[in-house]
Amino acid sequence: MSTPESSPGTDPGQEPELDPGTAEELEQERARAATGPVGDDAADTQTRLAKALQQTMTSPWTVSVGAVLLAIVAGSIMIAFTDEEVKAASTYFFARPGDTFVALGQAVGGAYAALFRGSVVNLQAPDVATALRPLTETLSYATPLIAAGLGVALAFRAGLFNIGGQGQMLVAAAAAGWVGFGVSGVPFPLHLVLALVAGIAAGALWAGLAGLLKARTGAHEVIVTIMLNYVAFYLISYFLATPGLLQAPGSSNPKTPPTPPSAQLPPLLGERFNLTWGFILALLAVVGVWWLLNRSAAGFAFRAVGENPRAARVAGIDTGRATVSSMLVAGGLVGLAGASQVLGGVTTGFSSDIDAGIGFDAITVALLGGSSPWGVLAAGILFGAFKAGGSTMQAAEGVPSDIVLVVQSLIVLFIAAPPLVRAIFRLPDPARRRAPKKARAARNRKEAAA
Amino acid sequence: MSADHKTTQLDAPLSETTRTVTLVSWKTAGVLATVTLLYALLLVAVPHSGDTRFLLSQRSDFFQIPVVVLPSAPLAWVCAVVLLAVTAVAAVLTARRRRTPTWLVVVYSAAALTGFLAWAGAGSPRDLSIVGLLGGAVLWSVPFVYGALGGVIGERAGVVNIAIEAQLLGAAFTAAVVSSITDSAVAGLAAALLAGALVSLVLGLFAITYHVNQVIVGVVLNVLVVGLTSFLYSQVLVPSAETLNSTTRFTAVPIPVLSDIPVLGPVLFRQPLLIYLMFLAVPAVWFALNRTRWGLRLRAVGEHPKAADTVGIDVVRTRYNAVLVAGAVAGLGGAFYTTVQLSQFGENMTGGAGYIALAAVIFGKWDPVRAAFAGLLFGFASNLQNVLSVVGSPVPSQFMLMVPYVVTLLAVAGLVGRSRPPAASGEPYVKG
Repeated sequence: MSTPESSPGTDPGQEPELDPGTAEELEQERARAATGPVGDDAADTQTRLAKALQQTMTSPWTVSVGAVLLAIVAGSIMIAFTDEEVKAASTYFFARPGDTFVALGQAVGGAYAALFRGSVVNLQAPDVATALRPLTETLSYATPLIAAGLGVALAFRAGLFNIGGQGQMLVAAAAAGWVGFGVSGVPFPLHLVLALVAGIAAGALWAGLAGLLKARTGAHEVIVTIMLNYVAFYLISYFLATPGLLQAPGSSNPKTPPTPPSAQLPPLLGERFNLTWGFILALLAVVGVWWLLNRSAAGFAFRAVGENPRAARVAGIDTGRATVSSMLVAGGLVGLAGASQVLGGVTTGFSSDIDAGIGFDAITVALLGGSSPWGVLAAGILFGAFKAGGSTMQAAEGVPSDIVLVVQSLIVLFIAAPPLVRAIFRLPDPARRRAPKKARAARNRKEAAA
Repeated sequence: MSADHKTTQLDAPLSETTRTVTLVSWKTAGVLATVTLLYALLLVAVPHSGDTRFLLSQRSDFFQIPVVVLPSAPLAWVCAVVLLAVTAVAAVLTARRRRTPTWLVVVYSAAALTGFLAWAGAGSPRDLSIVGLLGGAVLWSVPFVYGALGGVIGERAGVVNIAIEAQLLGAAFTAAVVSSITDSAVAGLAAALLAGALVSLVLGLFAITYHVNQVIVGVVLNVLVVGLTSFLYSQVLVPSAETLNSTTRFTAVPIPVLSDIPVLGPVLFRQPLLIYLMFLAVPAVWFALNRTRWGLRLRAVGEHPKAADTVGIDVVRTRYNAVLVAGAVAGLGGAFYTTVQLSQFGENMTGGAGYIALAAVIFGKWDPVRAAFAGLLFGFASNLQNVLSVVGSPVPSQFMLMVPYVVTLLAVAGLVGRSRPPAASGEPYVKG
């Protein structure tokens, strides 16, 4: 996450403003640091322990855990305040406060237990395969999120804000679906590959159009991609309502025929699970994007343009070309998400809501993943878990799955603001590790005043 | 505009500059030619005969104008000729290295619209209500215009406001609840104002105080508010819909005399209070940004926060101030959904209007008046289908719905071009 950290801790220019007492303490601290850890073994162990503790406390992972905790607490509060039984018990809170707390525990605990049961492991299951089924559900939900998240992340790295995930997914789904049920007589692997390629190409072209308009005319990609979302939506709606295009023959509903088996992504773990080879494709895409961004000349050009287009142009990089090609690749990745929906997720025929909001979720996934491919993978799986668990939670506990959106977005917010999380949990700041407490307090006061 | 921008950036030699200017300016003429061609193709490929009935007044009007019945094919072709003429003028001007004036583009747009309406309404026995078309456009543009104003204020102070959607939705929700409880639309409006500002406060906390990337905060806030309002809607509002989710709405208040002006009267002066407030808000925001000390400081902070800080402007405070005002203004737009349009809140009822408002901000080049007109255009777009479906348009409705977005694409690509945001927009300010 590219959070600009304020790190005045090592700035010597600030120190003279400290009050004399603090300055003195600072001197002592410096002296201690200069002499290094001396003395007997016990003290040595102690300092090492302290150091280990401090390292744990200041590690970015601690902040992430703290962020997740905070978000879960916020979710609990929401559940607690809206649960019927809690409400009923709280009416006689002062007579029997215990009841309220029991109801609270049941409501909150039950909801999160269901979330866990729906996304990781179902411990109530009779056999191992059923117990692990939620995990495979998580991965199937994660598949399009990862692919589309990569598309948004790649565009981000090239300095482009791709809000057009919805449109790109729709055209990709339409193209993949059309090749799926419109072309017949092609054997299994070839048919699938054709459909995948059609989907990826359609997504790439739709995003590439935005890139081209940006590069050629300077039109802002945010407007262009939003407008293309609407254009794609109405275009697909028209296709879906027109017999002979995407509409299922003999039907008057705006829905396509089902995807034939020869164009479906085969199941990865056997017929019992919904997880398909689409997940492997998403993993390959992660590796591919990592290679593209970090090991290829084109990726270097993308990042250079993203960091500083003017400098990139001076360095001889064709910025227009980088813009167009990064959007092409980004659209192709989002297209993979759209194709995997049609060829793996929803094979019974789709309508114009096939994108399922993934185009927008992908933005959050990319942001949470810090726009790096491996980060997107992790964030995609996390969000997949929330999606899988959210539906179980809604079914089992009657807690609307919308709460998952709240928890998700709070996690992203808190992770993006480490100082806030550290302040809440009173964790030390790595940037100010060496400054003693008083000086830190003084500085904080000053910052607060500023 | 974009040519100047390029030249200053590249510091190109003179010959290159001349070439760039010529190249860029051809875009306008090019887009006009493309649209003209498409329009002519439409007339040739799908010809319509019959008359188009333009209805210019309502039954309740003081002055009754008889229905104007015009033969549609000749009218459409007259418009085509106008389009061709404007395109030719634009081409000639461009060849002489002069810019196409804005009024010419306005004339072009009006002709294109008239021709299109004539063609779409051909042969229909029903009247094409111009008042309904324009009045509805004004009404539908309310969330876009307020949202765009909020976006402009935020961005001019250097805070990208992608959370417009969150402000609209949060305000719509709050307005619904408060207006239902108090039985007062005005109270709902006030609550919407506060809700918008509250979303802004969170935006400010993360973006200004904690220097979190503003795009991240904005996008995430949008998701957060969707989740929060949907959750509360199904858990709280649905069980007690009678008391918490049946709002008192603003009714249309005709302004005496002004509302009797033919055509314009019912369009502009027979609207609910929220719309009159919008008419005042647009110039007010323009004035506040461009003619007051507050606006000057705000813009300074958005263009060059360090310089502003050097001369003693409190950057953080100014930005908070701007963001809160922006949220409140966007909140007014959110109130539209539950105090004007419908009398209840529905899950995710703004449906991406905030993103459209964001597009209006950029389309309007971060200027409140232009952004408001861009919002009006999108409002017109949203309403066009409603009116044409009454007439029974021959084109599939999906394409009708698509037209405004395609036009926006063409306009952004051809007429607006490279737009320059405030220099420090999106940059958190770290002192020191």
